[in-house]
Amino acid sequence: MAKQINNISGAEAIIHCLLEEGVDMLFGYPGGAIMPFYDELYKFQKELHHVLTRHEQGAAHAAQGYARVNGRVGVCVATSGPGATNLVTGIADAQIDSTPLVCITGQVTRELLGSDAFQETDIVGISTPVTKWNYQITRAEEIPEIMAKAFYIARSGRPGPVLIDITKNAQFDKFDFSYEPCKVVRSYTPKPVASEESLQAAAKLINESKKPMIVFGQGVVISEAEEVFQQMVEKTNIPAAWTILGKSALHTNHPLNVGMVGMHGNYAPNLLTNECDLLIAVGMRFDDRVTGDLKTYAKQAKVIHFDIDKAEINKNVYADVAVLGDAKESIEALLPLLNEANHEDWMNVFKSKKAIEQSQIIDHVIQPTEGPLTMAEVIHKINIATNNEAVMVTDVGQHQMMTCRYAESTTKRSNITSGGLGTMGFGLPASIGAKLGAEEREVISIMGDGGFQMNLQELGTIFQTKVGVKIVILNNEHLGMVRQWQELFFDRRYASTVMDNPDFVKIAHGFDIPSKCVKERSELESSIQEMLDTKGPYLLEVKVTKEENVFPMIPSGCSVSDIRLS
Amino acid sequence: MEKKWYTISVYSENHVGLLNRISGIFLKRHINIESLNVSASEIPSVSKFTIVVFTTQKWVENIVGQIEKQIEVIKAFAHTDDEIIYQETALFKVASHLLFDERQIQNIIKESNSQIVTVSRDYFVIAKAGRRHEVDELHDLLAPFGILQFVRSGRIAVSKEAMPITELLKKYEDLN
Repeated sequence: MAKQINNISGAEAIIHCLLEEGVDMLFGYPGGAIMPFYDELYKFQKELHHVLTRHEQGAAHAAQGYARVNGRVGVCVATSGPGATNLVTGIADAQIDSTPLVCITGQVTRELLGSDAFQETDIVGISTPVTKWNYQITRAEEIPEIMAKAFYIARSGRPGPVLIDITKNAQFDKFDFSYEPCKVVRSYTPKPVASEESLQAAAKLINESKKPMIVFGQGVVISEAEEVFQQMVEKTNIPAAWTILGKSALHTNHPLNVGMVGMHGNYAPNLLTNECDLLIAVGMRFDDRVTGDLKTYAKQAKVIHFDIDKAEINKNVYADVAVLGDAKESIEALLPLLNEANHEDWMNVFKSKKAIEQSQIIDHVIQPTEGPLTMAEVIHKINIATNNEAVMVTDVGQHQMMTCRYAESTTKRSNITSGGLGTMGFGLPASIGAKLGAEEREVISIMGDGGFQMNLQELGTIFQTKVGVKIVILNNEHLGMVRQWQELFFDRRYASTVMDNPDFVKIAHGFDIPSKCVKERSELESSIQEMLDTKGPYLLEVKVTKEENVFPMIPSGCSVSDIRLS
Repeated sequence: MEKKWYTISVYSENHVGLLNRISGIFLKRHINIESLNVSASEIPSVSKFTIVVFTTQKWVENIVGQIEKQIEVIKAFAHTDDEIIYQETALFKVASHLLFDERQIQNIIKESNSQIVTVSRDYFVIAKAGRRHEVDELHDLLAPFGILQFVRSGRIAVSKEAMPITELLKKYEDLN
């Protein structure tokens, strides 16, 4: 039965649409052109919890964090003009990382469109390349159908951000509201069904392979295929590596989990990508940070590509077999066709390569006994203190790579990071959204001193909501990743990467957030425990080695097998 | 990889903003759109874009994938020139006195299978439909006498093979 309410304003209609879609939380910032909506929101405070961020970019990233931690659609709201343009970075991030968002922006009244009115900007034009879909509503009557379509498109298939721009007159005008969820858009196939031939062909290659390797991405997480994926890995005994967005789809301590691929990934899976005879890509898109030089990427191997998005097939890497469909449904259909197998000798190659990385790199950075603190040892101590169960939200840079490399994860959806876009400033607001989206979980925001300062105004949101985010700043007083490249590829010319930082503890104090700065190894463990034991938010600054590099590393444009250990 | 002419046919909903979305895909890859035509298709309420590009097979396949991914696109196809029947139209505006002063112009018009669409005291207008090289040939023949204005339309094309859009739309209707 369609919900029916007569003679309500467009603004109130938007609220009913949100409620019908099961939304109970949204992130936003008011302003002129969205005021009618906020006025209605005032009357629905019990049903809809609005989180006032301190910047619209914060609202977009918070909505992303919320969506990534629980798989629901994140909703953010902004006014026209600068409010809308401030969302754009978050929208672009959500687009490239396939995060379901519905972004609602106010717009000048219909009669003023195109007249360069106050706070008018063509946000539909601006957001077109970075949205899955967008639309400008200029009449109240359009609201129910368009909002239903927005949610359907954002969450179905390969998820993504949808922006709905609503003129002020459409928010004021009254009409008879009725709502029906969208079930189909005739020009859109969100979930192709894998063909029998493709599944048979994939099974044949897998069953015949001697040295197969899996690389899994966020597709496994999005389709909630974790269990069936694990069954596939265990039945076939195929070593499985992950992209940074695929992390936490398979426990990091699973014996067949061989670690992370890509520029700062693990030695074994990168090197052996160029030795396997079959590469099975599941819900990943062969990003250049994963593949390095495409001309020398897995050329010796047959490739099977499981993806829901047809445009990803053969985009970067040619697939001998493409299985077009939802990861969960495809793997469920494939599983009975797979033979049980044992790849012990091949797995031992991974183990021997891992031992090299362990002794040359990992042991030195996770448990050093002298010298300044390292990023990796902080992560290692957090692993122990949280029983590997925390949601780790990161920003972008060295600390991100260190967290992805060293944080153990044994729970689903526990790695939230800006992958494709590499958005500095993502971490703090995303962690707010993540914590609000999963209050029962421990959410730890790992940031560098650079990224923290890109959106530190969101401490104000933490102050107001009292959301219990644990903030860890790994302070190396540099823009570390850029500095690392300057050291390695620009003859140590540290152009604009040295940071003179303010006192972060004092800043936290101003926002009434308990905080501490740690410099000594002897204090690290107890400080992490103190942070975790504190109810509500906490900010822990850790002074770490100033000029540490993340290794292994595949230099930009090189082959995955050119991975460097130092 | 060898570059070729490709004609991309896109069946889509008739929605504002879709042209922007589609052209953005070419922009990102620095592919120049050689010609673009948007019109009604054989199906009521469904629009058809006809886009001509000069690029490699791999890129055209990637582009078609990315076009098809747009929510309001029903289906996109790429064809080489030998897989389609195509035409372009051109208009030539020429000074009227040339019809009398330069008698061979009448022969040029006759032999080129073009039409005179209007004649006035000052100028007349020739319309020529055909393949690109045919329009080029007429242009080259008329140029020495002076062309006041010249304009060429985007390519329009139909494929030799079926583009089964109606069946596709029927499937969606059955879903609903």
